[in-house]
Amino acid sequence: MTPHQAPPPAGGIRLSGLKKSFGSVTAVAGIDLVLAPGETVALLGPNGAGKSTTLDLLLGLLDPDSGEIAVFGQSPAQAVADGRVVAMLQTGSLIQYLTVRELVETVASLYPCPRPVEEALELAGLSRLQDRWTQKLSGGEAQRVRFACAVVANADLLVLDEPTVALDVESRRDFWAALRRIAGEGRTIVFATHYMEEAEAFADRIVLMADGRIVADGSTSEITAMVGTRTIRATLPDVSMDDLRSVAGVVGVERHGDTIVLTCNDSDRALRALLADHTTISDIEVRSGGLEQAFLELTAEATR
Amino acid sequence: MSTTMNSSLDTTMSTVATAPDIRARRSTAHRPTTYLRSEWLRTIRNRRFFVFSLVIPLVLLLVIAGPNRNQTLGGLPFATYYMTGMVAWGSMAAVIAGGARIAAERSVGWNRQLRVTPLRPSVYLATKVATGYALASISIVLLYAAGISLGVRMPFGRWFEMSGLILVGLIPFAALGVVLGHLLTVDSMGPAMGGITSLFGLLGGAWGPIADHGVMRALGEGLPSYWLVQSGRVGLGGGAWPARAWIVVAVWSIVLVRVAVWAHRRDTGKV
Repeated sequence: MTPHQAPPPAGGIRLSGLKKSFGSVTAVAGIDLVLAPGETVALLGPNGAGKSTTLDLLLGLLDPDSGEIAVFGQSPAQAVADGRVVAMLQTGSLIQYLTVRELVETVASLYPCPRPVEEALELAGLSRLQDRWTQKLSGGEAQRVRFACAVVANADLLVLDEPTVALDVESRRDFWAALRRIAGEGRTIVFATHYMEEAEAFADRIVLMADGRIVADGSTSEITAMVGTRTIRATLPDVSMDDLRSVAGVVGVERHGDTIVLTCNDSDRALRALLADHTTISDIEVRSGGLEQAFLELTAEATR
Repeated sequence: MSTTMNSSLDTTMSTVATAPDIRARRSTAHRPTTYLRSEWLRTIRNRRFFVFSLVIPLVLLLVIAGPNRNQTLGGLPFATYYMTGMVAWGSMAAVIAGGARIAAERSVGWNRQLRVTPLRPSVYLATKVATGYALASISIVLLYAAGISLGVRMPFGRWFEMSGLILVGLIPFAALGVVLGHLLTVDSMGPAMGGITSLFGLLGGAWGPIADHGVMRALGEGLPSYWLVQSGRVGLGGGAWPARAWIVVAVWSIVLVRVAVWAHRRDTGKV
């Protein structure tokens, strides 16, 4: 299975032959991945797919059992020590007894060339909350502070683990708008998420993991094309479900009133048969299956 | 499987060359003191830490040594003995609290977050110890002031000599704080700190002289807290710490610093 056939652009981050087990549990079962500088990459996968372990390895929080990682030509630990990497991890809560501004300033002081604190606060939408105590923030506000801390570092690689958890719809939109700005500065961004639509909307590239392996790697359209299923939606009254099921190329049938929805592994063939046999068919739409469909099929295939 | 490995090695170098351009644009001054400053702010804003290190020792000193200021205790003027006892107890609590704060940071995952920043572990630990010592210094100065108000007098240079001995005697307790911070949870920290400082204080004679001979005496003289209390003897002239004192403090320091390093490594080891 080689979704990403084209030779990759310049390698900023390279993971090769990466393996990691915890006792008898294999978390990462051999990963090869090259990320180009400036790419925004979504790491998708069901729980237990190895996403978090992969991020921990990338950040040097874990050592691999075998394999190598190079972050801008350095080891993860060295890249972290040089301030070239910043991570927004999922943590319990923020440290207490500091104002939002003080916390962001503190984080900024740890990096060799931080972004101005004002700018980070503004990007994270925290300008009005900057004097609030960190222990007085809501979950969503705390998440914005974590984002501000990630942004202020001014690092070349941003690693974000479930960055929009605890954010409401509006905050989520603000977050992605800010992240787009940062991506536009040429930074490499890797984020793990459960939200398929966010991966689809914001990532240049999607890396789909299951069972500690990469099962698909490419743009949204490349990945959905891999699965090859399409849906035909049309208006067709007075037809039995059995008739529809027997159409060549159709693998699934749904009907809502006069509307039929056919899942096809060969939509061209199915469409020809439908047009030939049912003259009353109208309002025909053919779509490729969404990323979610691809996600389910590819991860199910891998774990089978 | 992904086949994106092919051209990575030869292109890595060009990446390294382009990346600093992004960073150079926004370079501002890197201030290493900011981290220390915010650690200090966090320490003094959490008023619970003042209770053991400052409030209780100060109240005890005034309430107990006040009415007895004309007596003697352990061969010293009562107020002098009690002042150094409370200084020992309070400063011990302060430096332990410095490291103990690691437990709170562990509980919210802040340690993990810091490990993916350029902050070095040695600086992290040094900052905890430094804030503990700063808190202890406040406690020491205020207890001295209270002692002076109760009639404690000694030559000017002796105050410094006593303070120097106390700061040295606190080393094992600073290390102990780091050990506790790495091994205990936030919930068990309060009772553990209360218990440990009380035990070291009691056996070391912080509230009154220990027995002249026997097991309790031998035990007490083997504790660094005993020598913290004994540093008040500088007021009598001559050295307050015999060679035995230096050995006791050195052994406790070496052992506890080693345990602290072990606890730190164990905690930050790749989990």
